[in-house]
Amino acid sequence: MRKGDNLIDILEDWCKGCEICIKRCPVQALELSTELNKRGVYPPKLKENNECTFCRLCELLCPDFVISVTREEVKEVDEPKSKLIIGGVCNDI
Amino acid sequence: MSNMKEMSGEQIRKKYLRDGMLPTIFCNGCGHGLSIDYVLWAIEELELDIDKVSFASGIGCSSRIPGYMNADGLHTTHGRALAFATGLKAAIPDNDVIVFTGDGDCTGIGGNHFIHAARRNIDMTVILLNNYIYGMTGGQLAPTAPKNSIATTAPYGNIEQAFNISELAVALGAAYVARWPISYPYQPIKSIKEGIQKKGFSLIELMSPCPTAFGRRNKLGNIEKLWDWYDNNSILVEEHDRIMDFGTDEEKAKIAGKYKIGVFQDLDKPGFIAEYGKLVDRVTAADDAKYRGDLK
Repeated sequence: MRKGDNLIDILEDWCKGCEICIKRCPVQALELSTELNKRGVYPPKLKENNECTFCRLCELLCPDFVISVTREEVKEVDEPKSKLIIGGVCNDI
Repeated sequence: MSNMKEMSGEQIRKKYLRDGMLPTIFCNGCGHGLSIDYVLWAIEELELDIDKVSFASGIGCSSRIPGYMNADGLHTTHGRALAFATGLKAAIPDNDVIVFTGDGDCTGIGGNHFIHAARRNIDMTVILLNNYIYGMTGGQLAPTAPKNSIATTAPYGNIEQAFNISELAVALGAAYVARWPISYPYQPIKSIKEGIQKKGFSLIELMSPCPTAFGRRNKLGNIEKLWDWYDNNSILVEEHDRIMDFGTDEEKAKIAGKYKIGVFQDLDKPGFIAEYGKLVDRVTAADDAKYRGDLK
């Protein structure tokens, strides 16, 4: 997963299994999980290939406050400032 | 005004809801939970102090909602939510009063309270969750049930006319009247925001699916099918009026029996509390003028 991707936090045990989030998602980013929750239904989960566009429709349309859409925080990597490339030779200083 | 993108659903939930009460008691596929979400977003976007907002409700599925809010709530007798809310508003005029009520509670048992609260233009916001059936008591026929729908007390189909709550409120001169299916998130949030800001009676009727009592009996038991039924059986009020004025007969036949959705009425007129304040000022001024000499 790339850094800065949209994440969907799901409280699995609160889900009642209405599947509205899966059916109303405009980009089909969600699918049913393969594990049952405490209530005996399959909660939604984000697909392996993350296509979430941060429209937050699933969060707004979930009647049970299960879903919360967040952005993963991007941590800026400190790159060494002087990285001279001279004649194909990289000098790390 | 805070930006909607700034807060996540989890933050909203932790800020405004009682954690021990969740998850909600509502059935799988019920739309009532969404109305909590929409009201919370409206409160968040208006930056209201939750301690200055009071909730009232009667009896029914929808009336359990104030129990989930981490705010002052009033869970009252059947159909009398608006009567209690009137008293609440008169006692503390600075508070915003939001009433959660269902179709059976507001129009079946509490019909007269609704009529008179709208007529007197009392400053409150009524969120009416209309699921077209008495859900909590086992699916009896509600006054809002569509014609030919099946209920426990109408096993061969409903032969009565349905109650059109929003148009009644328009006729009574309520300040703000809107109706939306609960499956559209942004329009109800906007309407609730406008309703809370409005002085006077504002009614937001939300068409909420009830898969357990209504859907199962009316061959709409599949949750997706029932939610789609609301989308396919509603038409924007502007579109409806345009077709009725200029449309062909075919178009008119196509939209017959569909639910009109949208903002029906948006008036600026003083509410009951403002009028009452004026009355108090007028009478006390007259009294002061009359007895000033005696008292001095």
